[in-house]
Amino acid sequence: MKKNMGWKELPHGDSSPAGTANEFKTGDWRSERPVWNKEKCINCYFCWVYCPDASILLDKDNKVAGIDYDHCKGCGICRAECPVKPEKAIVMKQERS
Amino acid sequence: MPVLARTGNEAMAEAMRQINPDVVAAYPISPATEVVMIFSKFVADGLVDTEFVAVESEHSAMSACVGAASAGCRVMTGTSSQGLQLMSEILPIASALRQPIVLCEVNRALSGPINIHCDHSDTMAVRDFGWLQIFSENAQEAYDSVLQMIKIVEDVKVRLPGMVTTDGFIISHCMEKIETLEDAEVKTYLGEHKKMNSTLDLTKPITLGSLDLQDYYFEHRMPMAQAMIEAKEVILKVGQEFGAKYGRPYGLLEKYKLDDAEVAIVAMGSTCGTARVVIDELREKGIKAGMLKLRVFRPFPAAEVAEVLAGVKSIAVLDRSDSLSSQGGPLYTEVRSALYDAKTKPVLSNYIYGLGGREINLEDLRQIFSEQKSNQSGKIVYFGVRE
Repeated sequence: MKKNMGWKELPHGDSSPAGTANEFKTGDWRSERPVWNKEKCINCYFCWVYCPDASILLDKDNKVAGIDYDHCKGCGICRAECPVKPEKAIVMKQERS
Repeated sequence: MPVLARTGNEAMAEAMRQINPDVVAAYPISPATEVVMIFSKFVADGLVDTEFVAVESEHSAMSACVGAASAGCRVMTGTSSQGLQLMSEILPIASALRQPIVLCEVNRALSGPINIHCDHSDTMAVRDFGWLQIFSENAQEAYDSVLQMIKIVEDVKVRLPGMVTTDGFIISHCMEKIETLEDAEVKTYLGEHKKMNSTLDLTKPITLGSLDLQDYYFEHRMPMAQAMIEAKEVILKVGQEFGAKYGRPYGLLEKYKLDDAEVAIVAMGSTCGTARVVIDELREKGIKAGMLKLRVFRPFPAAEVAEVLAGVKSIAVLDRSDSLSSQGGPLYTEVRSALYDAKTKPVLSNYIYGLGGREINLEDLRQIFSEQKSNQSGKIVYFGVRE
């Protein structure tokens, strides 16, 4: 197990390097998971814009490619904002019963 | 050196003009209103380069100060009483982020009942938030201490925010003769504001104030405790250097006829001026009276207090606030704790006085000194309150 730093080793003044949230896997907070349907997706990027955890993955051509389940907390905003009708391209499913 | 007639508020505003901070964010409140009101006129008249942020509350004022300081600016503000309490949520964040903000605080009673006059309850209520606290006896000390505070908080060993206080109306609105430094002298004295690696910088991105739980919170609090310990020496060094340069030396505390004193008081702020007169009178009558004036309350100079008080027979600690702890005012409990390991322990009593700006005059102080002969140690007096 990684040994935590002592107070003398810490950066000055409650600062830390940028981007450390990437190392913090918040996916296990989730009670519902968004499931993305490639066939229905129209690549409008609404989910990508609204996601508060930057958990909508894009591929090399900047097309929606799925969900980053390591960080997605399951808030369901992507599903709520998905404009595809009559059935949305993202649905929420129970993580476990 | 220019000699000016200035109120305490004007003296603090004058110091701010000469400091020429990068950012001032403030909201008006009696009796501190004038500090930033006068300063805002300096901004409007183009006498300073400061970005003045007229915010909608003191909570926003301190938040803007933290933001500006994090961006590497020299930042100041001013407030009093309820305003300081409204800043309360952000004050300990400023110290945890190690941002060297300087606050001109005018001591005023806390509501309720609502009252605009002097006591120390507002400053005492935030004493454990990691801010340095310096009390002033008069406008001259307020002016000098505001300049010194910039130097102190920006020292790499400290990097904690600090407040310099005056007593509401008694100092803030009374005109006195003060000696100031030339503008150019202040600029040279303070030098450029140094940035730390906790300063926001586009080329080296960092996160400030992230979530910190059981694994690291304690380690992040520890450097604050260490900085407060080290601040004592820095305050002393800055005060001595100021004396060497400008003829008015400052320490953590001041002894007034204390070395051979048998009866003494411990006090802070404007009351010390009144006490000097009474002590001189008593000395003429052959009574060995003295005073310990505490200038710096945070960090608390416990060892120094114990050293200078240990030989005194009877001491009354004068608290211009009550912590409602049922064991005396905040200054009293600190002094009592400082004397715990002293070989000879004085008789130590506590006088809680002057709440809500109630006058403390020569006769009151004569009475406090005269009661020392018969006081039991641990006696707590609510001085002058009507039953």
